[in-house]
Amino acid sequence: MLDKELRSMIGEVKDGRMDRRAFIRRMAAVGLTAPLANQLLSIGGVAMAQSPTPYPPTKRGGGGPLKLLWWQGPTLLNPHFATGTKDQDGSRLFYEPLASWDVDGNLNPILAAQIPSTANGGLAADGKSVTWKIKPGVKWHDGKPLTADDFVFTWEYASDPATAAVSISTYADMTVEKVDDLTIRILFKNPTPFWANAFVGAYGCVIPKHLFAEYKGSKSREAPTNLAPVGTGPYTFVEFKPGDLVRGKLNPDYHMPNRPYFDTIDMKGGGDAVSAARAVIQTGEFDFAWNMQVEDEVLLRLEKGGKGKTIYATGGDIEFIAINFTDPNTEVDGERSSMKTKHPILSDPKVRKALALLVDRESVKKAIYGRAGRTTANYLNGPEKFVSKNTSWEFSVEKASKMLDEAGWKVGADGIREKDGKKLKLLYQTSTNGPRQKTQAIVKQACQKAGIDVELKSVVASVFFSSDVANPDTYSKFYSDIEEFQIPMTQPDPALHMRRYVSANVATKENKWQGPNFPRYVNKEYDDAITAAETETDLVKRAALYIKCNDLLWQDTVFIPVMHRLVVDACATSLKPVVSGWANRTDNIQDWYREA
Amino acid sequence: MSQYVLRRLLIAVPSLLAISLVLFVVLALAPGDPFSDLATNPNVPPEVQAALRAKFGLDDPIYLRYLHWLNAMVHGDWGFSFVSRMNVDTLILQRLPATLYVIGSAQILALLIAIPVGVYAATKPYSLFDQIANTFAFIGFSLPTFFTGLLFILIFSVTLDWLPFVYSTDIKATGIHWVLEMIRQAIMPVAVLGLFQAASMTRFVRSAMLDVIRLDYVTTARAKGLGQAKVIVKHVMRNAMIPVVTLIALQMPAVFGGAIVTEQIFRIPGIGSLLISSILSNDTPVVMAVTFVFACLVVLFNLIADVLYGWLDPRISLR
Repeated sequence: MLDKELRSMIGEVKDGRMDRRAFIRRMAAVGLTAPLANQLLSIGGVAMAQSPTPYPPTKRGGGGPLKLLWWQGPTLLNPHFATGTKDQDGSRLFYEPLASWDVDGNLNPILAAQIPSTANGGLAADGKSVTWKIKPGVKWHDGKPLTADDFVFTWEYASDPATAAVSISTYADMTVEKVDDLTIRILFKNPTPFWANAFVGAYGCVIPKHLFAEYKGSKSREAPTNLAPVGTGPYTFVEFKPGDLVRGKLNPDYHMPNRPYFDTIDMKGGGDAVSAARAVIQTGEFDFAWNMQVEDEVLLRLEKGGKGKTIYATGGDIEFIAINFTDPNTEVDGERSSMKTKHPILSDPKVRKALALLVDRESVKKAIYGRAGRTTANYLNGPEKFVSKNTSWEFSVEKASKMLDEAGWKVGADGIREKDGKKLKLLYQTSTNGPRQKTQAIVKQACQKAGIDVELKSVVASVFFSSDVANPDTYSKFYSDIEEFQIPMTQPDPALHMRRYVSANVATKENKWQGPNFPRYVNKEYDDAITAAETETDLVKRAALYIKCNDLLWQDTVFIPVMHRLVVDACATSLKPVVSGWANRTDNIQDWYREA
Repeated sequence: MSQYVLRRLLIAVPSLLAISLVLFVVLALAPGDPFSDLATNPNVPPEVQAALRAKFGLDDPIYLRYLHWLNAMVHGDWGFSFVSRMNVDTLILQRLPATLYVIGSAQILALLIAIPVGVYAATKPYSLFDQIANTFAFIGFSLPTFFTGLLFILIFSVTLDWLPFVYSTDIKATGIHWVLEMIRQAIMPVAVLGLFQAASMTRFVRSAMLDVIRLDYVTTARAKGLGQAKVIVKHVMRNAMIPVVTLIALQMPAVFGGAIVTEQIFRIPGIGSLLISSILSNDTPVVMAVTFVFACLVVLFNLIADVLYGWLDPRISLR
């Protein structure tokens, strides 16, 4: 269908001249499924109204203490130095961004007076700038007013390489300028369709210029404010013991009405996930515990007659098995899994497809993830508008066997397939972790039935995920045939998530294995689609491009998605938290309250 | 005497240097990276990770890093935590009170149980009391603390709901309530550690007492007509305590070093939990500082044990 016609039709639905059902019918007539048609509508700006979270409390404070339990406690409280989400979560109690992500992955204004849009003139038509209006009357915890200067400074601070901020890439390719005291404009070098990265979410927290100005660049680590934050957030800083405790109390000058609800906030660190679940669900010593990486069976048992429950938030975190396209067993110029080699077994698409048929996702979900997982065929699982409906998965040992037969792998005397005297043998590695190792066992069993000999290997997480050039066991060196782990999606936009796998990002000895394309996947079509998507300002076309990228990964079986993982937390029955799968747990902490 | 102490201290210097070198090399050779958390985060390009490594000197050769560390240590600079971006000594001092309180109380509890029980059991060997004490001692040191810890939590926190199982450093109370709450939350960890220590110590005290109690001078003392209590306390115990003192002195560094497993189970923010979390996040300066301080304490308390020997038994001369 002509793009123009589609557009005018979406316009008609928007204005109410055509009803939704009629639109979907006409789409079906040209071969588009109903979900896809709905998706087009939502991208086109229909029914994308902001859904503010209901907040019943009618006065500030009076809610008593809020006790949070993070089994890995924050170790520092500067959002721009945060090495893990735990640090971002802790910093976010005190610092705030312009906007946070709500439960559905939409923007929710915090320090912004409004969310920029084309309609209110915030977004430039060419996609090269965005103008944010700052909420007037916001004060830092020390009483100084928040102005545009603080935002410009935050950009200068984070983008200075000498500061060694982890948020540097968020702020690197842009200029931030002050329009007036309460307006800033972000100028991008290239058209940037995903403009809501700087000053939004965890890395978006603005820091006070008057306290950090002297500590920009190489002196950044000496700033006393690194350990005693002064922000604009709902809670003011009281005490911090790295890895153990963060304490805050109600900010009487907070800029949102009737917020916050709690008088004090404690974030306790340490211990393990199971006992954290117990402290919230069973004994009620704490109100909220983060990241329940516990088997569903255990959680269900704890929840029986407990004082709390588990809550789930959907994001885009994907647990997958990645396939090595290069040969991990041949060394070329001192490098295994070199781009100059081809995997002797897995470069055959039929073998890869057979392997995908052997991953019993339903059993993995049932036996391991339970309520915390969704089976999927896609690598890209959110937000909804970017999710492909063209893919499917199934588990079938028969089909896999047939496919391997066709590929020339015949079952040998010992039950293991072979071809040209070579055994069908694969090394399957992952990080040491209960659920992952159980998944390995389930996959191995199915592979055995199909005549594939799978050798399992698990590597300690601190080694597996390290960037240590000397270590052969890192995920990026990929000295195995297949490997399993999870890649979190840290923002509700696929740009960063999908750009990892362009050919230029292949992990090699040359770039010290820092290229994020660890499967060493090379596909010109994929590269082109990513390049096109990154400057495409037409949101419909952009979404279609990312869906295409996902479908390419599926067609080529680069990844075998194991589970679309949900975010799981434990929460007291009376507590009403606002947790988004698209942001940090505490990204909407100002809206938390307790039901009387 | 003072000459002896001085000589021992001088001998300690090269051994501490050797210890520090071994520790440093082992840590430097260990796999892992303090910034590995950043690796799977698509927001953080690998160059940032590389820049951080360079900034903290992780890419320098090992001998250079060791010399830097040694030089700083001599000047009283314990190093700088990669993960918390703060000074290591502040970090350690923050954790010390909880460790001293919990582990110290556990040691005292262990002594309070072990010495009377051990002594009494030795005065009546193979009696019913001795049998029972032995049985409990065997059970006590066969059960690892992670097991008794979980068992205690299940019984006293989950089922009976009497005691909290998350140790808190900021109790919101003052005066007597604060003291009571501090005691209440320490009961379980102190009991777990104390009983474990007491079990092995009871066996030790008993056998030390049995060795002495059969000696001729004890018979002589009894023959003089001294009462049982006086013989045991004044004549037997003083001599039997010599090996016990060594045992206690060598356990003192552990009081500062914390108990990794117990601290983890009860979330006590002590040195042990600092050590384990630093090891897990590859925060080498913290691991280095904690282990090195531990080594210094072991050397120091060895010396103290030797000096105490001379005081307890004047026949042992210190030369």
